[in-house]
Amino acid sequence: MSTLSERILGAFAGEYVDHTVDRAYACDGTGMLTLETWKRMGAARLADASRLHVFFDHIVPANNSTTATLQHELREFVHASSMGLSDIGGGICHQVMSEGIVLPGEVVVGADSHSCTPGAFGAFSTGVGATDMAAIWLTGETWFRVPESIAIHLTGSLCGAAEAKDLALSYVNRLGMDGGTYCALEFVGDGAKTLQMDERLTLCNMAVETGAKTGMFYADDITVRYLAAKGHTVSVQVPESCTYIRDLEIDLADIVPVIAVPHRVDTIKPVQDLAGLPLDQVFVGTCTNGRYSDLFRFAQIVKGKKVAVRTIIVPASRQVLAEAIRDGILADLVDAGCTIGTPGCGPCLGAHMGVLGEGEVCLSTANRNFRNRMGVGGEIYLSSVATAAASALTGEITEPEVA
Amino acid sequence: MQGSGHAVCLGADIDTDLVIAGRYLRTKDHSLWVAHVFEDLDTSIAPRLKGAVIVAGKNFGCGSSREQAAIALHEAGVVAVIAPGFARIFFRNAINIGLPVIECGITCAENQDVHYDLALGYVEAGSKKYPVRPLSPRMQEILASGGLVNYWKAHL
Repeated sequence: MSTLSERILGAFAGEYVDHTVDRAYACDGTGMLTLETWKRMGAARLADASRLHVFFDHIVPANNSTTATLQHELREFVHASSMGLSDIGGGICHQVMSEGIVLPGEVVVGADSHSCTPGAFGAFSTGVGATDMAAIWLTGETWFRVPESIAIHLTGSLCGAAEAKDLALSYVNRLGMDGGTYCALEFVGDGAKTLQMDERLTLCNMAVETGAKTGMFYADDITVRYLAAKGHTVSVQVPESCTYIRDLEIDLADIVPVIAVPHRVDTIKPVQDLAGLPLDQVFVGTCTNGRYSDLFRFAQIVKGKKVAVRTIIVPASRQVLAEAIRDGILADLVDAGCTIGTPGCGPCLGAHMGVLGEGEVCLSTANRNFRNRMGVGGEIYLSSVATAAASALTGEITEPEVA
Repeated sequence: MQGSGHAVCLGADIDTDLVIAGRYLRTKDHSLWVAHVFEDLDTSIAPRLKGAVIVAGKNFGCGSSREQAAIALHEAGVVAVIAPGFARIFFRNAINIGLPVIECGITCAENQDVHYDLALGYVEAGSKKYPVRPLSPRMQEILASGGLVNYWKAHL
């Protein structure tokens, strides 16, 4: 009787295993250091380039000539190899990996902390640094300590103006910034079955904010249908009775719109407690909330109106952007006064495309509000898309209306 | 593996953005990371890092996977990092570049001498001695090699 991590890694919690990596991905941020380290390892070989992917998503297009030169070197290398390349405008690595690449049961490693995101498909997906990734390029495998698992038992369904993001911020609050360290979070229970893939991706994305190794959903009918639309035939994963080191019970009906206040992701307040706080910027995007359903929800709220504060929207991928163009919601967003950025990470990591000035306040749909992350002296509040949209229209933190 | 240094004490939940900010990552010049290490946390920390043992609170190195955080500490002259707990990516990154990270909650004063011996499994600060659980055999081997680059050079 195993947890999903134990089943996929083929060993029990606490054991160490060497395991082949089915999919490994790096980005422009970590890829350059990965390449440099891989070269230092001396054996100029790639174990299996067909399993390796490199994404240009963190600073795209390059913000200055130093970055451009480094990206050029990485791009040339990837071109010359048989690795998968997603160049600028393709989108955020975790999102593109979730658009039909990662499949249930796979072992996936990304050189980015939010590589826990594709765990939403029932994969074991986790983040590493550049040197671990270089070794995976070289050998095709890596070592894991099979994690203990924490069950997040979900019941009921989300209601009112609450979104999966509010649930994500709420569980991070309950576990704390290190409450999931070294563990896998398994989202289980009848409530889990009510959540669509985009919502599951949002939830797994924030697992690392508790220190967790990954967040996981068991593949079910929703997973099967989502991947069928991408051309994959997969099976459901049936949970077995197993041992969790902790059980967290959450009734989805209890989730209300919340905001994580500076500078801790695990410190939340109900939106109503912060209502009226003036904003300098609203940012919608990232691997947490830059998917089509997010842009759609934002557009529904601002359509036919004007935003009262500078509002930056960055689609998570080219596919998201293309769909938003086809369905007309991109025009709604532009007409409402929003600024649209190149698909990618946007200003989340504080490098470009909407960094904050000293003393500025941003309401963001991202996953981190660390001190100075989006610019020295800037303050980051984290919210759902609906809260961001309601607040963009007033220029101050505003409770979202029930759709 | 053993070492010692003067304690530089830090708080809990120090994220890797605070170790080295995102705006400094895009370079091959590691000295830039050393020059700006902990800049957004407290600019008085960097000049004290040479020969230091960082004694941090829980969850050190949380957040971004940026390995530059571990490299910046290592190249600034940090001998080891001791904390009651680490974020797992930082932990692996540090071992992978040959920076000892020691899971242990200790009490000590700023600048106090701290000594560790991973083979014998203890950390010593002042008159107090704290037991340390050994790393996994693989991690011990990587650390003893001076990092994962050397480890694979020897194993291929």
